[in-house]
Amino acid sequence: MKRLALLSGALLPLVGCGNPQQVDPSQQVGPNPVLPKPAEELISAVGVADVIGWKQGETPTVPKGFRIEPMATGLSNPRNVYPLANGDILVVESQHSGAEPVDRPKDPVRDFIMSIAHGGGGAKDAGPPPQRITLLRDADGDGRPELKTVLLDHLNSPFGIAVVGNALYVANTDAIMRYPFTPGETKITAPGEKVTDLPGGLIDHHWTKSLTASPDGSKLYAGVGSNSNIQERGPEAETNRAAIWEVDPKTGATRIYASGLRNPNGLNFYPGSNTLWTVVNERDELGPNLVPDYLTSVRPGAFYGWPYSYYGQHVDPRVRPQRPDLAARAIPPDYALSSHVAPLGLAFYTGGSFPALFKGGAFVGEHGSWNRTAYNGYCVVFIRFAGGRPVGKPMRFVAGFIGPDGKARGRPVAVAVDRTGALIIADDVGNTVWRVSYAGGKAVA
Amino acid sequence: MAETTAPRTQVAHAHRFYAMLLPIPIVCFVGALLTDWVYQYSGGNLLWVNFSSWLLAAGLLFGALAGIVLLVSLGRDARLRVGAGWGHLGLLFAAWVVELINALVHTRDGWTAVVPTGLMLSLTAVILALASGWLWQSARYRHDGGRP
Repeated sequence: MKRLALLSGALLPLVGCGNPQQVDPSQQVGPNPVLPKPAEELISAVGVADVIGWKQGETPTVPKGFRIEPMATGLSNPRNVYPLANGDILVVESQHSGAEPVDRPKDPVRDFIMSIAHGGGGAKDAGPPPQRITLLRDADGDGRPELKTVLLDHLNSPFGIAVVGNALYVANTDAIMRYPFTPGETKITAPGEKVTDLPGGLIDHHWTKSLTASPDGSKLYAGVGSNSNIQERGPEAETNRAAIWEVDPKTGATRIYASGLRNPNGLNFYPGSNTLWTVVNERDELGPNLVPDYLTSVRPGAFYGWPYSYYGQHVDPRVRPQRPDLAARAIPPDYALSSHVAPLGLAFYTGGSFPALFKGGAFVGEHGSWNRTAYNGYCVVFIRFAGGRPVGKPMRFVAGFIGPDGKARGRPVAVAVDRTGALIIADDVGNTVWRVSYAGGKAVA
Repeated sequence: MAETTAPRTQVAHAHRFYAMLLPIPIVCFVGALLTDWVYQYSGGNLLWVNFSSWLLAAGLLFGALAGIVLLVSLGRDARLRVGAGWGHLGLLFAAWVVELINALVHTRDGWTAVVPTGLMLSLTAVILALASGWLWQSARYRHDGGRP
């Protein structure tokens, strides 16, 4: 029948969409990743590891010569770790509460898939979502805290924190707060003081607000992720989002430091420099091998493409109206981490106890993919630096978050280096803080 | 039809139920074509693609219900099992499958949810659905002995 011919004509282009992007993830790391053509699949590839938690004695794996131990277990969704000079470690236990408003029939389906990624295993079932900062005190530096106590509670989906002088800055999902805090204290009772509002609101899709202070402590930098995958909630929802904010903590004055960064996390200044670095979660649903997430230094005033383009001038076909003027000035990031790995943590190695090649290199916590059937990420990688720039390929440093049965024991989020030079890892669904030390290393405390 | 026997009454009820359900998918699919078309000329106002997604979802749901009732009617009423009846079923099913694929295309974020594949599928499905509705009336016309 003629109509059947018409029908098959309409279906032909769909068959083309099934073509997998034949790129190996190892070709998508470093300064010049291979970028295949966008492939919008009919049913977006989804692969999320079921979470079963860690059994007693079970740990992630580390390279020979290193040792990994749980520093604290039974936490509730720890997403950030912040070691202090006195050996205390602040752990941000946090979740986003409330569902995003439904615009399309797709939205509840997506929310359900995301809930699998955070389901099961651990202590999170009891009570409302955690909204607190827990303090771990490890005075003797042996990796086994003598004290675990709640420093500050009743926050609003906090993520980034920074201690500057006698102040603790907390980036809640909707505001930066300042609390009086002298390292050594174990309880904050003073009410916080608002430094500035941050974009929160009803949708608040990428809710984690990363935070760091400039080396001289005079400015704060906050990562504000986009409110959607690719502006499908409309441009109004993205006002001042997908950007890094510069905040004057004294006056609360803010300005956009850099933009077009879809979901920037792990803000950190490179040690001994005034160069800000971030890891960014790039857009989904263009196929299993697009778009690579990345690590980049942040140039003040620069535009990194989102939503109009990626990796410089690669225009995203989904965004209308297009903005060729903005896409034309989009700059490519420094270093690709491979597609959908979901980097959420970044720490430069400033310790002295790991072997020399780690000095000044970057650890990146990769929370792990959902938008491809073969898992990618779910590990902490190490990237060597030379002359303040990343070199070579990333090395899988801490792995084993997914067991041989394909189920997730945990997922790494933030990473940090403590005063002994050990690497500290927040494992949100594993409800654990891990500590990686070098077996031959000497404590620097 | 008041003089028909009990099973006949049931058949008549099924037909009335079907007459109530059938327009829903057809109207929803026509609506989705219109909102797709407006989206293309709106310069990307996402309101319209959201409308399309809901219209497709509602059309698919009520289309599936109508399909079940139609299959029952075809099984119980031999007078429907004529060329026009089968043609109606075939075209309605084809429209439903096209719109199922179209609903998946419409889950894409933004422009490519509609342009060009989504719009093309919406147009195809509307032609199929309207033709299917035409054949239903033909089948009914013969069925009711010349009374439309």
